[in-house]
Amino acid sequence: MTVVCALSDLLPDRGAAALLPSGEQVALFRTGAGEVFALSNIDPFSRAAVLSRGIVGDLDGVPVVASPMHKQHFDLRTGTCVEDRAVSVRVYRVRVEAGQVVVAA
Amino acid sequence: MQKTLVVVGNGMVGHRLVAAVRERDRAGEWRVVVFGEEARPAYDRVALTSYVDDWDAGRLALAEHDRDVEVRLGDPVVSIDRAACTVTSASGAVLGYDALVLATGSYPFVPPVPGHDLPGCHVYRTIDDLDGIRDYASRIRRGRRAALVVGGGLLGLEAAKALRDLGLSPHVVELAPWLMPLQVDAGGGALLRRLITDLDVTVHAGTGTKAIERDGERLVAKLGNGTELDVDLVVFAAGVRPRDSLAAAAGLALGERGGVVVDSACRTDDPHVWAVGECACVGGRVHGLVAPGYAMAEVVADRLLGGTATFAEADTATKLKLLGVDVASFGDAHARAEGALEVVLNDAVSGSYKKLVLSDDASTLLGGVLVGDASAYAALRPLVGRPVPVDPVGLLAGAEPAGTLPADAQVCSCHAVTRAAVDGAIAEGCADVPALKACTKAGTGCGSCVPMLKRLLGEAGVVQSKALCEHFTQSRVELFEIVRTTGVRTFSDLVARHGTGRGCDVCKPAVASMLASTGGGHVLDGEQAALQDTNDHFLANLQRNGTYSVVPRIPGGEITPHRLMVIAQVAQDYGLYTKITGGQRIDLFGARVEDLPAIWRRLVDAGFESGHAYGKALRTVKSCVGSTWCRYGVQDSVRMAIELELRYRGLRSPHKIKAGVSGCARECAEARGKDFGVIATEHGWNLYVAGNGGFTPRHAQLLVSDVDSATLVRLIDRFLMFYVRTADRLQRTSAWLESLDGGLDHLREVIVDDTLGVCADLEAAMARHVESYSDEWRGVLDDPDKLARFTSFVNAPGAPDPTVTFREERGQRVPVLLGVPEVVG
Ligand code: SRM
Ligand SMILES: Cc1cc2nc3c(=O)[nH]c(=O)nc-3n(C[C@H](O)[C@H](O)[C@H](O)COP(=O)(O)OP(=O)(O)OC[C@H]3O[C@@H](n4cnc5c(N)ncnc54)[C@H](O)[C@@H]3O)c2cc1C
Ligand code: SF4
Ligand code: FES
Repeated sequence: MTVVCALSDLLPDRGAAALLPSGEQVALFRTGAGEVFALSNIDPFSRAAVLSRGIVGDLDGVPVVASPMHKQHFDLRTGTCVEDRAVSVRVYRVRVEAGQVVVAA
Repeated sequence: MQKTLVVVGNGMVGHRLVAAVRERDRAGEWRVVVFGEEARPAYDRVALTSYVDDWDAGRLALAEHDRDVEVRLGDPVVSIDRAACTVTSASGAVLGYDALVLATGSYPFVPPVPGHDLPGCHVYRTIDDLDGIRDYASRIRRGRRAALVVGGGLLGLEAAKALRDLGLSPHVVELAPWLMPLQVDAGGGALLRRLITDLDVTVHAGTGTKAIERDGERLVAKLGNGTELDVDLVVFAAGVRPRDSLAAAAGLALGERGGVVVDSACRTDDPHVWAVGECACVGGRVHGLVAPGYAMAEVVADRLLGGTATFAEADTATKLKLLGVDVASFGDAHARAEGALEVVLNDAVSGSYKKLVLSDDASTLLGGVLVGDASAYAALRPLVGRPVPVDPVGLLAGAEPAGTLPADAQVCSCHAVTRAAVDGAIAEGCADVPALKACTKAGTGCGSCVPMLKRLLGEAGVVQSKALCEHFTQSRVELFEIVRTTGVRTFSDLVARHGTGRGCDVCKPAVASMLASTGGGHVLDGEQAALQDTNDHFLANLQRNGTYSVVPRIPGGEITPHRLMVIAQVAQDYGLYTKITGGQRIDLFGARVEDLPAIWRRLVDAGFESGHAYGKALRTVKSCVGSTWCRYGVQDSVRMAIELELRYRGLRSPHKIKAGVSGCARECAEARGKDFGVIATEHGWNLYVAGNGGFTPRHAQLLVSDVDSATLVRLIDRFLMFYVRTADRLQRTSAWLESLDGGLDHLREVIVDDTLGVCADLEAAMARHVESYSDEWRGVLDDPDKLARFTSFVNAPGAPDPTVTFREERGQRVPVLLGVPEVVG
């Protein structure tokens, strides 16, 4: 369990990257609806650590982030790539406790 | 054994014949040899007049044949020996044939008036003719320059347009009582005359040219009605005659009014010899349009490969835009059929004349004439010879008759494509006009059937959705109007009121751009920040390893040594890879997101500002060195480029905008490859619009010439704002102009002639943009909230991203590649 930041540090419909003690990077997203998600920050297609900088939105009602590199979409709940279901990114368990964002890692 | 096909004439129809043979002859039955008198590759003669726009013959070229076709340019055939089955060319080559196709076209008819052969008298048929006219016109000394066009038909009006574009005042003399007597009736002719006269063309109808005399440097033309015209040059456009002398010398039969006589298979009475196009006399007639010629080419190609095709009746329908005036005629335009009825809508106010010709019982459409507004042409022409579907007046006023168009009606007459063929292609998955063009060829000739193609797509229910994305059913243009007129200032408001869901990476940046170009403050203000693509979000361009590039603005490419040193120092201190871009400025690569503010602090302090390399916005206005240094320069191109770059910097638009200014016609700034390009002339500036490099390069087209600086800026203001308001998302100006109904002429009407009355508004909008511009990077540096976003990690703001590493190449740092995709099952 790692406390990464305050919920107020996350802007609605935008992501932020956080560095875990293990050296892994997570991309945290706070949607406009108030939910918080955490995925690996590494875009599996380009391998650059950039997913946190993508645009957050929804496709067919599914909350997604679009990779800023080549625009593939990832389901924020499952990490699955919408365009290529064989590809997915790691999902981290995350919750908000007393205004703090806590990632299970 | 392979047989030899010899084609005499490399014009439009000869070219089409060869293409049709190659397409059908999969087994390689025929060796094909073409003799062309003109020394250049086959070109689009129908579009000849547009050669004046850019003097770029390459643009008119027809598609090249595969390499197996042997084309001998500049080597006309001089005789045919039918007994030996050989032809002899001017160069002395003798070649045997198994089949010979004559496609020698026509020659311009020059009436034998005294003086018709004086220097300064020209004809209008080939690229060389136009080059000759241009050369002659350029030698005319200063002063009022005028020209006479003999002939007021299609060709004469085309010539008048070319002359006007060359800066001469044209007079047109027509023997018949009105212009274009072959195509339009007296009523249409009257309106046509008014519209053409409004365009500074003087019309002398109902009279002939009696004589042309030399008077010093000039020519005096004496007309039958006593008028004497003082002109610099004369162009004969009084009709054409078939080039049949080669055939005559070979003993082939000629028609009563010339032309090589052929049967419905386009074969002469010698079974080895065929004739197609304007030189052929089929069914007792010669045809002066390209569509019947193409149909003949298809017939002969089919026959040469064992088919049995025949030449049916020819469609003589024409639609033209002459000097920006629409003229169309189709079917029995002159109501020659027994008892034919005419329905006329003559609207003197809007300047349109429309006539339908109906059968005596008013049940069948026989033909029609449209002048001023020919928008109904695509829908009406295929209905000729068919029952009138709705009340005829409604039809003229624009009722939609497409639903009743029968399957075998020809939608595209240039390529003889029926409605059934178009519907079939749609059923097989063609979902837009480009796809239909590729698959059926419909719409790739004169283009006048494109509106019908759109309509058929619409009827089949596959019309491409204009919806921006799943969150908005509106097109970008519609959303822009909503944003502009309702005052909605946030994305959440817009999507709640006019869309569904929460938005995505398509609609969010698009709306961000609209908010910005309607005066939205800083692009990172409040909620707007979340809408931006990563490039706009960090005001820098994302690179493959997650770092960013930094591009300061260097207007017009002009930079002081001191500023160069600042850039050099910053690059050195932050270890940035440095490269001169193709846009005349310097790009610094490999900046970490958390270093961007410090880098920009140094640049902004030295007087630099954002170059918007990251935005869908103005990029650069490239310039040549111009008259300050260059010995050829006629205007100060650097000053103009800087002025324009500073004026339009920061303007958010549907796609990026690039520009160029050259100091003379040598065009060192490549202005014609840009969204707008300015080329200096001795009298001012020429403005070209809608050029492109990139995927589909296109030359920009001339919008206006010789304007002064203030007019130039005003027209660019209008052009850019009109583009910003009406283009689709990610549509460059070139694609936008191609998609505009009416193309360049329409654009000119809107932004030069102000026919929609929007110019004042467009200028005001641009004035607001110029007024409210401020540097985006300075805006970030001055605002702690915005600065706070430039961190690597929310829980470790200054820590560098550990995945980013560099290696050295040619003395600079470049990214270490991140390897193959990692797939987590
Ligand atoms: C840096 C530069 C190449 C260079 O080293 O010279 C460059 C680099 C990029 N170009 Fe370019 N283009 C650069 C000049 C050009 C030119 C030449 C010119 O401007 O004179 C062209 C052709 C001219 C044109 O645009 O009509 C050009 C046609 C493109 C296109 C294709 C556009 C099209 O309409 O087909 C793209 C893709 C796009 O925009 O969708 C593109 C996109 C890009 C992007 C933004 C790709 C991306 O999304 O990462 C590149 C990133 C720039 C960066 O990270 O800073 N770049 N690019 C040039 C920057 C010029 C500048 O100072 O702003
Ligand atoms: C300005 C202009 C505008 C036009 N607008 C339209 C329009 O809007 N719609 C329309 O349908 N039509 C239009 N036309 C007519 C159209 O261009 C012709 O119908 C078409 O080009 C005919 O094709 P063709 O191959 O028969 O003749 P051409 O295109 O004239 O080709 C004949 C070629 O044969 C060559 N040749 C002649 N003799 C020999 C020889 N002995 N050996 C070798 N080569 C020889 C000639 O040099 C020429 O290159 C226009 C024509 C002009 C000039
Ligand atoms: S475009 Fe003309 S003025 Fe400019 S550098 Fe080239 S030659 Fe000189
Ligand atoms: S009618 Fe000319 S392209 Fe279709």
